[in-house]
Amino acid sequence: MAAAPTIEARPSGDVVGAPAAERRRGRPGRLGDFVLRLVAGLVLVYLFIPIAVIIAFSFNDPSGKFNLTWQGFTLDNWADPFRYPQLTDALWTSLQVAVLSTAVSIVLGTLVAVALVRQRFTGDKLVETFLVLPLTAPEIVLGASLLTLFLDLGWNRGFGTIIIAHIAFEVSFVALVVRARVRGLDWTLEDAAMDLGAPPLRTFLRVTLPLIVPGIVAAAMLSAALSLDDFIITYFNSGSTLTYPLYVNAATKASLPPQINVLATAILLLSLLLIGVMALWQRRRLTA
Amino acid sequence: MAGVATSGRRRSRVGPYLLVAPALVYLVIFFLVPIWSLFRTSLSNNAGSVFLPELKFSWDWSNYGDALTDFRDQIVRSFWYAGVATLACLVMAYPLAYVIAFKSGRYKNVLLGLVILPFFVTFLVRTLAWKTILADDGWVVDALDTIGLLPREGRLLSTSWAVIGGLIYNFVPFMVLPLYVSLEKIDPALLEAARDLYSGSWRAFRKVVLPLSMPGLLAGSLLVFIPASGDFINADYLGSTQTRMIGNVVQQQFLVVKDYPAAAALSFLLMAIILVAVLAYTWALGTEELV
Repeated sequence: MAAAPTIEARPSGDVVGAPAAERRRGRPGRLGDFVLRLVAGLVLVYLFIPIAVIIAFSFNDPSGKFNLTWQGFTLDNWADPFRYPQLTDALWTSLQVAVLSTAVSIVLGTLVAVALVRQRFTGDKLVETFLVLPLTAPEIVLGASLLTLFLDLGWNRGFGTIIIAHIAFEVSFVALVVRARVRGLDWTLEDAAMDLGAPPLRTFLRVTLPLIVPGIVAAAMLSAALSLDDFIITYFNSGSTLTYPLYVNAATKASLPPQINVLATAILLLSLLLIGVMALWQRRRLTA
Repeated sequence: MAGVATSGRRRSRVGPYLLVAPALVYLVIFFLVPIWSLFRTSLSNNAGSVFLPELKFSWDWSNYGDALTDFRDQIVRSFWYAGVATLACLVMAYPLAYVIAFKSGRYKNVLLGLVILPFFVTFLVRTLAWKTILADDGWVVDALDTIGLLPREGRLLSTSWAVIGGLIYNFVPFMVLPLYVSLEKIDPALLEAARDLYSGSWRAFRKVVLPLSMPGLLAGSLLVFIPASGDFINADYLGSTQTRMIGNVVQQQFLVVKDYPAAAALSFLLMAIILVAVLAYTWALGTEELV
């Protein structure tokens, strides 16, 4: 994404020259342009209306059990974000599931991606199609089918089956993201290292890995985000274990504490911080 | 030199298969086998009691007929909602994707980030926020009431409008991103040329931009339509018993009623209808580029 050329970077003006651009600006297209930008802006605002409500309601002082109508401003919720141990536990479970499932799916997915990018082999197209299949099935079918498998096997559903289910839908995403990111890499560097006498393991650690790490980091972030946010597949295979989305769903039936909003806002801010730090780090690496 | 030329052969032929095997074995066990297991369940009979179900496999296709007749309303409603939501997402996402691709200048990455940002708040919490926004005593209902646009139910929550609105909100980014990717690939010089040739911006758009953005339009439509038709959260949080979708039934049959054969048959029907719809849509738009 960083390599995506911006409009200014492209020599588009050279083809028709500056007069064409000036001529266009004088046309009635100007109104259309304004409407277009307005609509785009409104859609962006629309995307953030619920986010604004969620943040605002983290400061709400609800009178009943449900934090759904505005009562009054308070900072109490932020002073005590971990007031509900069940919610905190659920969040902690979600983080564990995300880290563990992502760790496994990164290994499985990266191996496939590297094999697909680097060499042609009999059946490679078949492997690609097979990888896309889980992405085309609705989540409810994935969740339900795993449930029937666990029922057939007589396995108790819980933390373990949640991890198994999450890996199953993450592997394809990881493989496709890593594949897209490592496609244009120069694999002859590996041969160069080997020709210079580096043993295979050393070649992998010193040459291959650094080449594919940015792709792996992007895939890991996507995989963890998908895992943290998954509700439908988890719901079918969780038994009595609660993840953060499962806790929220259970809470909609009994009581919705504002701490849900506090933690949601905190997660949003932490993600923004993480993205900011990563962007800075990438820029430094590029300029160094 | 010789080393570079022969390096491809220096590796063993089984190499790629060893790399591919772990993930494939995993997906066979935890994707293909479960689908098979779901299929078997859909053709089984419940031979045990309600409390202790015991499934007997018997090529019993009647589960499918029963599911079609018992839940016809929910099936029709699911695809109706998903279709409307897909169309609305397309109408909303296209201008945004267009502006990001051609008119955002150096703010391109910032705008893309803003489109993705809502994902960092759990989908369920975002859907709950709509419950607050669309509440009966909320300002949206008040405003619509004032200008006389409130639907005849006299409210928004618990109506089809709210459920479809929730679906649109949750899946709009999935339309924006693939549209942006295919629009971004279009050379701006081509736009200039098209404007010079066709004189009108609208015709230039129709003859050049729209056809070139077809792969993104198709991918986006699938990314919205497939999850929307299987969703049950929006119908559950924002709807009523009158807005139940296939997902609600599957969820209830599997986890509450525990009528596994009926639920499995319904899941398979959902998948089959989606497959037919996707193939028809792909064929109608005349593009095979999916990934």
